[in-house]
Amino acid sequence: MAYSDKVIDHYENPRNVGSFDKNDPQIATGMVGAPACGDVMKLQLKISDSGVIEDAKFKTYGCGSAIASSSLVTEWVKGKSLEEASEIKNTDIAQELALPPVKIHCSILAEDAIKAAIDDYKTKHSS
Amino acid sequence: MNFFEIFDFEPAFDLDVNTLSARYKNLQRAFHPDQYASANESQKLLALRKATEINDAYATLKSATSRAEYLLKLAGLDISHETTTVKDPSFLMQQMEYRERLEDISALSDPYDAIVAFEEELEAEQAELEALIGRELKSAHYEQAANAVRKLKFVNKLQTELERLEDEASEI
Repeated sequence: MAYSDKVIDHYENPRNVGSFDKNDPQIATGMVGAPACGDVMKLQLKISDSGVIEDAKFKTYGCGSAIASSSLVTEWVKGKSLEEASEIKNTDIAQELALPPVKIHCSILAEDAIKAAIDDYKTKHSS
Repeated sequence: MNFFEIFDFEPAFDLDVNTLSARYKNLQRAFHPDQYASANESQKLLALRKATEINDAYATLKSATSRAEYLLKLAGLDISHETTTVKDPSFLMQQMEYRERLEDISALSDPYDAIVAFEEELEAEQAELEALIGRELKSAHYEQAANAVRKLKFVNKLQTELERLEDEASEI
């Protein structure tokens, strides 16, 4: 199976790899895993007081498509409100990266990572 | 006929793999194309189909993971091609740590001891999950069993990665 140029680009030059301090109240952490392939993804968002995503970092253990999906998502969410970020769909990710059907679950993983991070932020700030 | 019936087993997670292998070999012999050398075309085709089915059944039942998936499928819960994601944070945190440990091991000049120690841990974790799957399936807690199977798949993946490291280390 051939990877698209965009997948290869993100895989070879992943954007925003790394971690923030998960205990920082400004940081939202989303962790998800795909049992089908054993991939694990951690997405962290740095959120301003006004609810805008200022920065994002990821760490993904998985195939090229999973790494590319999370790398792309860190670029997309920057500057977005939580509301806007939660509207990113796996189909947008799959389309942008031209993922083949067998790799759609990688884009689902990235979408669910955003949702998990937002949930984490809401839990952190609900009390 | 389901895969268990082919080998004259009750559909259950606990299964003696040695007995399964012995019965598989007998059936494989009985339906081997050589036995059908003088048979007509339709008999040959039937035997070939049967032989294929026997192989599929054996491959499915031999591994604990696919055996559990198959039992879940028989119970109406097909998780073999699902795209569900796991969100259990403490489990995933541990998976992340395991992956980091794999990276650390791959950087060692003499990784053997670390590989062996990690292998033992993963095997213990597999045994624990398999025991849990057996209990949940027995009590017809299919969702709980499915969750344990999903976790087992992550551990299997780690084991594959660890084996790959071991192969790489032995090539140097």
